[in-house]
Amino acid sequence: MKIKRVKVEREGVTYTGLMMPSKGARIILKLDNGYNIGIKKDAKTKVTTLKEEGVESRKKMPSPSPNPSLPTISILSTGGTIASKVDYRTGAVTSQFDVEDILNAIPELTEIANFRGKVIYNILSENMKAECWQKLARAVANEIKKGADGIMITHGTDTMTYTAAALSFMLKTPVPIVFVGSQRSADRPSSDNVVNAVCAAKVATSDIAEVVVVMHAGTSDDECLIHRGARVRKMHSSRRDAFQSINAKPIGRIDYETRKIRTSEEYRKRGGQELVLNDRLEAKCALVKFSPGADHSIIDYYTGKGYKGVVIEGTGLGHVSTEWIASIKKAVDSGIHVVMTSQCLGGRICDRVYDTGRDLLNAGVIEGEDMLPEVALVKLMWVLAQTEDPAKVRQLMQTNIAGELSRRSEHA
Amino acid sequence: MLDYRRLGLRAGLEIHQQLDTKRKLFCNCPTRLRSADESTYEIRRGLHLTESELGEIDRAALEEARRRRLFIYKGYDTTCLVENDEEPPQPLNQEALDVALEVALLLNMTPVNEVHTMRKIVIDGSNTSGFQRTAFVASNGKISTSDGDIGIATLCLEEEAAQKVAEDKNGVMYSLDRLGIPLVEIATKADITTPKQARIVAEGFGMMLRSTGKVKRGIGTIRQDINISIAEGARAEIKGVQALNLIEAIVEREVLRQVNLLKIRDELKRRGAKRVKTEIINVSDVFASTKCGVIKKALKKGVFAVRLPKFGGLVGQEIQPGRRFGAEFADRAKRFGIGGVFHTDELLGYGITNAEVTTLKKRVHAAPEDCVIFVAGERSKAALALEGVVERANMALKGVPEETRRALEDGNSAYMRPLPGAARMYPETDVLPVPISQKRLKRIKSALPELFPERRARYIKEYALSEEFAGLMSRSSKARLFERIVALGISPTLVVRTLEATTSELSREGVPVQSLKDEHFMEVFKLIKVNRIAKEGIPLVLRSLAANPSKTAEEVALELGLRTPDRKEIESIIDKVVQSKEGFIRERGLRAVKPLMGVVMKQLRGKADGRLVNSILKEKITAIMREK
Repeated sequence: MKIKRVKVEREGVTYTGLMMPSKGARIILKLDNGYNIGIKKDAKTKVTTLKEEGVESRKKMPSPSPNPSLPTISILSTGGTIASKVDYRTGAVTSQFDVEDILNAIPELTEIANFRGKVIYNILSENMKAECWQKLARAVANEIKKGADGIMITHGTDTMTYTAAALSFMLKTPVPIVFVGSQRSADRPSSDNVVNAVCAAKVATSDIAEVVVVMHAGTSDDECLIHRGARVRKMHSSRRDAFQSINAKPIGRIDYETRKIRTSEEYRKRGGQELVLNDRLEAKCALVKFSPGADHSIIDYYTGKGYKGVVIEGTGLGHVSTEWIASIKKAVDSGIHVVMTSQCLGGRICDRVYDTGRDLLNAGVIEGEDMLPEVALVKLMWVLAQTEDPAKVRQLMQTNIAGELSRRSEHA
Repeated sequence: MLDYRRLGLRAGLEIHQQLDTKRKLFCNCPTRLRSADESTYEIRRGLHLTESELGEIDRAALEEARRRRLFIYKGYDTTCLVENDEEPPQPLNQEALDVALEVALLLNMTPVNEVHTMRKIVIDGSNTSGFQRTAFVASNGKISTSDGDIGIATLCLEEEAAQKVAEDKNGVMYSLDRLGIPLVEIATKADITTPKQARIVAEGFGMMLRSTGKVKRGIGTIRQDINISIAEGARAEIKGVQALNLIEAIVEREVLRQVNLLKIRDELKRRGAKRVKTEIINVSDVFASTKCGVIKKALKKGVFAVRLPKFGGLVGQEIQPGRRFGAEFADRAKRFGIGGVFHTDELLGYGITNAEVTTLKKRVHAAPEDCVIFVAGERSKAALALEGVVERANMALKGVPEETRRALEDGNSAYMRPLPGAARMYPETDVLPVPISQKRLKRIKSALPELFPERRARYIKEYALSEEFAGLMSRSSKARLFERIVALGISPTLVVRTLEATTSELSREGVPVQSLKDEHFMEVFKLIKVNRIAKEGIPLVLRSLAANPSKTAEEVALELGLRTPDRKEIESIIDKVVQSKEGFIRERGLRAVKPLMGVVMKQLRGKADGRLVNSILKEKITAIMREK
């Protein structure tokens, strides 16, 4: 890549610097003192090219030689950024996905394990689809087969919990599968990337053989929480401690400084089960949020579009307006599986308390117990790929498969 | 005195001035300073930088960056997730940009067409994000002073850093209240050629900035860094000069330091000094039975020495008044947690004996012309410290090193770190660029503030104020209020006296005058205008208002029983006095006015206008004299 060093004269002032790529009727110049400025591009502006400079592509850092006494972690990248690099000459920020680059940015990782890595895809997490989850699950299974002692998946935080839930259902795993990301971009010195990555790596070498999400426990850089993949939700748009376990306690916590893990819940132990990949999903499932006055024909729409399952995020204990009931009944009668969850997020569905609820049950709605709406959606996709028998679907939806629901609602 | 022209003195100022905006630069928090004990939450963080990002830096900075330092941030009910680095910034504060543009135009600068906010990497923890947000606003201006024009290179609008509250070897505690307050950073060109000119330019900036009425005032709200070099020397950036009256001394003493360092260089050359090698020798055994307390204490860790060949006598030389060359070595050693350095040019003060010095010199094979420097402490730290010492000694062979230095209270300075390389900056993509329209510049241009000297001249002309009063009032933050009150038809002198003298007298008496708002003063003078109270009653009313700021002047005057008696009442009081003193009046005639005035005013002070009382008193006395 070439970059132009230019002199720009306008209104009696001369600026020199590097010409940055820009759109519209202005020039963006990176001045020699490091600042960017915008200069109008019109007849009064005179630009002289001083010289063209090459932007060296960075030298690849060599991988550190493996330490035979350490376990091996496989890092799978999906597009979420856990490491970045800034070129201060041009101001360009590039995401780092290669293991070498990640280790170079977070050298502490090399004290924890040997790493190998793969870029599975490079997309924004909001552009994920069910097929991405399947591809990832297959890649994870492959890495485990190849002997990885733990898996670390770097993921954009926006939809991380959907992917974590999907893998929770699709994989029976003998090793830890750890999702990790950063809420504050990895280019800033204050990013949560280092603490999260170091804690995630430590968990990936632990005996917690489950799909988990490891992210900041609080706003400080002290510790991370280990959330069960089918119980965790992003509860804040920007804070470091956005990820919280809902209707369940986190499996445990890990101290950044000492790297000690303290578990407080039961979990599946390393090597406790054989690897099983069941990656089929029925993608024709939808999540519908009810709001007062919402049009029931949205249910008719999905019915008409050949959808196989719908999860409703109802009010309170699991309600929608009376107007919706006929559409829901029609949907169920035409073979669609309808699951009720609560927009309260916290708490359990119970459609036996009020008339509307009882009408919904009569219409054939499946109570989604204390599952998160998004988790119920992903689970329904997975269940419908296993069976279409209504009784079996109902039974599976109300059975705990990956820690996503419980029979008891604990006090705290 | 030094001949600054011959020495080729060149200096430039960098002024940092906080702006008095309602909100912070990138969030909607107030720009209010808090006391750390009002803090409502605390955050513990680290900052991470890889070695490659640090670029070319000295070993000490690298050590510092490598050490995992803990930063503790104190938050308040007046700080938010933006200061916590937990939320993207709000758009650039337009009020702050307006003030920055106003200052730029006052300095004849050319603003850019579009302002881009940058992230400037700062790793000392003073910014929660690890960078300071800063934007280049204008360039190419000048400031005119009584000592000539000085070019202005740049004006940037940036966020103030968090205030350091405490520090220990594990980390630093910062307070988040100051973080994000808008700040303009103005850098002059290196056009300043004398210490006096440096002071005059700094004063000019202060005057100009305060004239806008839109900048913060008080300790710490303006800071200046000074860049100083002489022809044969090197650039030293002296940071954190808060007092204007120190600037002249700072420049003088820096020139002196550079001149003396050059003398040391010449002497080293004359002696044939060569590059010093780092040979660190454990000399603990020399001091095995020492009487020197400091060394005795550190003995179990160890005492380590280096030899500086041909430096004998030079390390003890003064390079600034009261500051020896050795202090430059000590500054560098201290960065590695070493308490201080000892050198053979001055030892006896510490209880070290001549015998010990002799053994020491022998132990390191020092010739009489050499200097031996030693430190006490752990081997690793001591080695780093002595490497720093040797590095500095080798710089002395070349003359003056480029350095960032810290201003000391007496005008001297101490070594802080090497001059920073090019700032590490990249775009703050969370903040959109702000185009600056011609319309906006026109609006600001048409409302540029009157500068203090212009205002002073106008006050003399328009209000017939004395030079002293005009000067006082024109610089005051109450200048606008002054004009509003005078417009009511009140005597300008009375207003100046009230706003400046009366309030400061009350303040000295412990009255909380800061709770007096402009409207309080307006109300008081409206009462004066309609003769509701006499001017003698002003201090009483203000005192009471300051204690009860929610009350009106009218209410307070009523409570105090202040009202102007009508003429009849005044006359009856004066009549009584005049009758009782008839004999005195007959004897003294009009000369009785003055003493009797005092008697009458005892009853009327604060209630009646003295001039009115005086004229009635005169009338009555004249009447009595006519009676005979």
